[in-house]
Amino acid sequence: MNLSNLLKIALRAILRNKTRALLTMLGIIIGISAVITMLSLGEGVKLGMTSEFSSMGTNSIMVMPARQQRGGVDMGNSTSKSLDEKDLAALKKSCPHVAAFSPSVTSGAQMVYGSRNHSGSVQGCSPAYLSINNYSLERGLMFTDQDVKVYSKVCVIGKTIVDELFPDGTNPVGQTIRFGNIPMKVIGVLKEKGQGSFGNDADDIALVPYTTVQKRFLGINYFQMLEASAVSQEASEAAATEITHTLRATHGIGNPDDDDFEVRTMDELLTSMNSMMSMLTLLLTAIASISLIVGGIGIMNIMYVTVTERTREIGLRMAIGARQRDILLQFLLESVVLSLIGGLIGILLGILLSYVLATAIQSGGDMPISFVLSYSAIGLSFVVCVAVGVFFGWYPAKKAAGLDPIQAIRYE
Amino acid sequence: MSIIEINNLKRDFIVGDETVHALRGISFGIDAGEFVSIMGTSGSGKSTLLNILGCLDTPTSGDYIIDGVNAATLSRNELADIRNHKIGFVFQSYNLLPRTSVLENVELPLMYNKQYSARQRREHAMEVIHRVGLDQRIHHTSAQLSGGQQQRVAIARALVGDPVIILADEATGNLDTRTSYEIMALFQELHASGTTIAFVTHEPDIASFTSRTIKLRDGHIIEDSPVQTQNAQAALEALPKNEDY
Ligand SMILES: Nc1ncnc2c1ncn2[C@@H]1O[C@H](COP(=O)(O)OP(=O)(O)OP(=O)(O)O)[C@@H](O)[C@H]1O
Ligand SMILES: [Mg+2]
Repeated sequence: MNLSNLLKIALRAILRNKTRALLTMLGIIIGISAVITMLSLGEGVKLGMTSEFSSMGTNSIMVMPARQQRGGVDMGNSTSKSLDEKDLAALKKSCPHVAAFSPSVTSGAQMVYGSRNHSGSVQGCSPAYLSINNYSLERGLMFTDQDVKVYSKVCVIGKTIVDELFPDGTNPVGQTIRFGNIPMKVIGVLKEKGQGSFGNDADDIALVPYTTVQKRFLGINYFQMLEASAVSQEASEAAATEITHTLRATHGIGNPDDDDFEVRTMDELLTSMNSMMSMLTLLLTAIASISLIVGGIGIMNIMYVTVTERTREIGLRMAIGARQRDILLQFLLESVVLSLIGGLIGILLGILLSYVLATAIQSGGDMPISFVLSYSAIGLSFVVCVAVGVFFGWYPAKKAAGLDPIQAIRYE
Repeated sequence: MSIIEINNLKRDFIVGDETVHALRGISFGIDAGEFVSIMGTSGSGKSTLLNILGCLDTPTSGDYIIDGVNAATLSRNELADIRNHKIGFVFQSYNLLPRTSVLENVELPLMYNKQYSARQRREHAMEVIHRVGLDQRIHHTSAQLSGGQQQRVAIARALVGDPVIILADEATGNLDTRTSYEIMALFQELHASGTTIAFVTHEPDIASFTSRTIKLRDGHIIEDSPVQTQNAQAALEALPKNEDY
């Protein structure tokens, strides 16, 4: 018997018991739709996070002062002053994988313009801060290295501050804002980044030369942090290594345990975040696939019932010349078709479900997620359905093929 | 020419520690074009014999040669092919596929024969359906047919693969007298056009429509003789016509 005829027989047998078939498929439908939903949402979250991170710069690197442990003795806060101009100069010379550095010092400040005020923080940085953090200018200019050198009282502000201080649409560029009692001239406005990444408003920012913050706001001469960007995301690790070695040299550290700083790359963070998401997705998928096993057992059960119900038919087919293989294939195909139809329904349901969930989460706004159709999940589902059909249909089909024709044909 | 040749055929069934000797050494031959009835009391071994003739079962010992092939030594697959190519079965309880049309029921054996294309299948099926007189019913399902009509479908199904012999096990057992005679008239027609038939029955009047009777008792042949063949069509017409209650 050829495959298309066997397929016709299988479909007809299934259609003859629609309700029963549907109930049998339920496990597969639930299992497949759950797996599709899990994988799609998992991939969606991964994608959402990646785009969130890349808006912050996927090749960005942060260097932070760290508490120093010497012989198990905490050396206190003094080491948080460990990064300064001397380090920056050395780093700029010896890190070919780093595209740019920007020191970072922040201070809280009350910003006042006319009768309006806004409390936020000033970000002290160098001009490279823009490229490191993927900011760009809407109007005006960024301050220059010259401004850094002379502690200029200039700032570049984000959309949120503009909205707060200039609600009437006045062009802020050229205006002077008071930060506490220090007047600063606005020389540029940042283009809106749009999304609040994990709750922080990326547009509530005022960029100021870091020297200005050091001298005029805080009265310090060290950096709270150093930001950098590698020449590419792939170069992140190499860049981090260069930074580490350079700082050890300038700080005279021989033993890595004595490091008084810490280097973190976004790449590293992304990688660990991704692997965490993958693990979570895998776990949820594994749980969802238990339903597939239950569904498979359901199919096996119904196939045994079918074989028993159709014992006489099997006997007759054998009597008129069906080989064992013909009977085996007939019932195997029936269970595969049953499983595949269930899988198809499950896939459609899963796509619908992940779309609805992704949209709901998106509108909730707390979690970066995008709706992605996981083609690999769909492909996998097909394979799994065929495998489930074959695996759980095998024993019933084997039983059918092994029947004795004489007894089968007389079966009541 | 001999279609079937059996030689000292034995079939034992082992049930628990007991051995049932269903056939105790049987020999006979059936020539092409014969219409043989096999008779005997219940339990005498008729069905056992027919199952072996039909290659559904293999003998414990002895030879069974069908159309030149010794079936006693064949594998399960080879036996399936012999059943498909050389044998047509008619059962007491019709055994049509439920909710399946007459045409598809008749085509079924050819589905297991690679030599037939879909078109040839259809043509052959239509031809044998015509021979059993069911042209008007090809799209009916078995539930829409009378017992006699169902048995005609079964006969068409047995004929469709051009078998060397038709084997019928009490094919009229479920039918009333009139319908039985109609079926026997059909068998006689097929026989007249050259079909070889072996027919198991309990009833002497049915056997009288065949041309030779083999009688079994306790697994032995006790009689093998030609029959004064009665005409089934004539017998049918002679039946009282007022059976309309
Ligand atoms: N599968 C089997 N296992 C054990 N014994 C069997 C089996 N098949 C048949 N027999 C025995 O073989 C003997 C012959 O049985 P068979 O069915 O051939 O009789 P029969 O002549 O067809 O009877 P009936 O007219 O009632 O159909 C009986 O004693 C039966 O009990
Ligand atoms: Mg019998």
